[in-house]
Amino acid sequence: MSEVSVPASGAIAASSRLDRGGLIRRTEGLLVPAALVIAWEAVVRGGWVSSHLLPPPSELVTTLADLAGNGTLLEHIGISSLRVLIGFLIGAGLAVVVGAAVGLSRRTEALLDPTFQALRAIPSLAWVPLLLLWLGIDEAPKITLITIGAFFPVYLNFVAGIQKVDRKLVEVGGIYGLTGYRLIARIFLPAALPNLFTGLRTGLSLSWMFLVAAELIAASRGLGYLLTDGRETGRADLVLVAIVVLALLGKISDSLLRWLEDRLLGWRDAFDSRPS
Amino acid sequence: MSHNLLDLMVAAKDFEALRVIKNVRFGIDSGEIVSLVGPSGCGKSTLLRIIAGLDTSYRGDVRIKDEPPHLHSRDVGLIFQEPRLLPWLTVAENVAFELGRKGRHDPYVTQLLAEVGLGDFATAYPKQLSGGMAQRVAIARGLFTQPSLLLLDEPFSAVDAFTRRRLQDLLLSVAGHHGTTLLLVTHDVNEAVYLSDRVIVLADRPGRISGQVIVDARRPRDRRNPQLAKREAEVLTLLNDGTNQFFDLSYHLAAAPPRWQAIRLSSLNFAI
Repeated sequence: MSEVSVPASGAIAASSRLDRGGLIRRTEGLLVPAALVIAWEAVVRGGWVSSHLLPPPSELVTTLADLAGNGTLLEHIGISSLRVLIGFLIGAGLAVVVGAAVGLSRRTEALLDPTFQALRAIPSLAWVPLLLLWLGIDEAPKITLITIGAFFPVYLNFVAGIQKVDRKLVEVGGIYGLTGYRLIARIFLPAALPNLFTGLRTGLSLSWMFLVAAELIAASRGLGYLLTDGRETGRADLVLVAIVVLALLGKISDSLLRWLEDRLLGWRDAFDSRPS
Repeated sequence: MSHNLLDLMVAAKDFEALRVIKNVRFGIDSGEIVSLVGPSGCGKSTLLRIIAGLDTSYRGDVRIKDEPPHLHSRDVGLIFQEPRLLPWLTVAENVAFELGRKGRHDPYVTQLLAEVGLGDFATAYPKQLSGGMAQRVAIARGLFTQPSLLLLDEPFSAVDAFTRRRLQDLLLSVAGHHGTTLLLVTHDVNEAVYLSDRVIVLADRPGRISGQVIVDARRPRDRRNPQLAKREAEVLTLLNDGTNQFFDLSYHLAAAPPRWQAIRLSSLNFAI
């Protein structure tokens, strides 16, 4: 019987060393982007590339400051984030309910899964004309498109997670007399949680993608509209600012989910389990 | 004969067309420690699953304190070959699984963890435990419901020999302390004789009782006690139908002189 790692003074010293290592690794990741930004600025200033087509980073900062200053940027970010949030929550929520039903019952699976697999094969943008026809050009088609985007990754991963739950652990639940709802809540859900999070994170990134698709086609506000606006007015700086903001929002929202995942799934015996 | 804790009579148990158990009958009195020993496929584990209520498709009559077996019985606890801890629960929550999350502060959890030598690990997760420690948590979980009869299915077969001996002694002292009756299934004749008051030997195809060896050595037992070795020999005799079964393969080996050849995967048989 070997001992587990009990925090001792040596372990604390080791962890502070690890922290410094993590800091270096994090700054290392910034090296390439920083070099690219400097090269970009130099290339445009040197006149090799037209600043009309590729505005230098300094100009993007000015554009960003202008947009932020008059409040339009915040408005675009707000409306886009709200659309993603609502669409993602509806899509993921539905996927959890349907996924649980399909994952837990062979009959529901036989009944529903082929349909969902077929629907999944439809390229997402093919929905757009139909949604516009049915739902007009208001918020409804945008949110529906995002919902569709969020639904499938969550559904697929959750179903797989439930079906892969270790039979031996289910048996433990059985020995303690757990059946039905209680067996699901105490064995299946926690065991399928890692898969669910994989699905949620994929679903969220697809939600942002579908948001842009929806806003590019018909919107008067939002980051996708900013992209269209930049193209139509020939302002590459607007397009690039919108791209950067979208990247940041995608990253921030993913980090939030990841933070939640690390908190809820600290029990996993994973290879990359980092010292907390 | 009537036994006050368990009366088991399984006339037949089939897996599809195959009869795996035929006319197995034994009983256990309160406070006894009994082992079931037999070759793979003799139905030992199936018998435990029947007693635990996990398997209900058999012909026969099984009574635990005059009641038929059922799941979630307060009288029966079950410990598996692997610890089967729920990885998302802490050690304390695993031990108190029956009570749900609120059970982790139950004083009985603290007491049981101290008894199995894991008092400091209440808030650890299973991934932080070694195999032996995890199995000790499983023992604590098995005892938490205070069963009269604790069933153990090859509980120590996955740990190394030193850990196994310590776990055996731990099991004996904890079970003795709580007055728990033990019925364990094992492949290890040495383990069966050391732990048990009685060893029931099963033969296979179909599973049936080939005999029983009473181990009357006083407790605590000395592993070097020659009386135990004698009982071991008796168990081995029953297992081997009274003959010395040395599987002599030298004839086959001589017939096929060794030479280099690719291993055909399809030609390999894996037995567990």
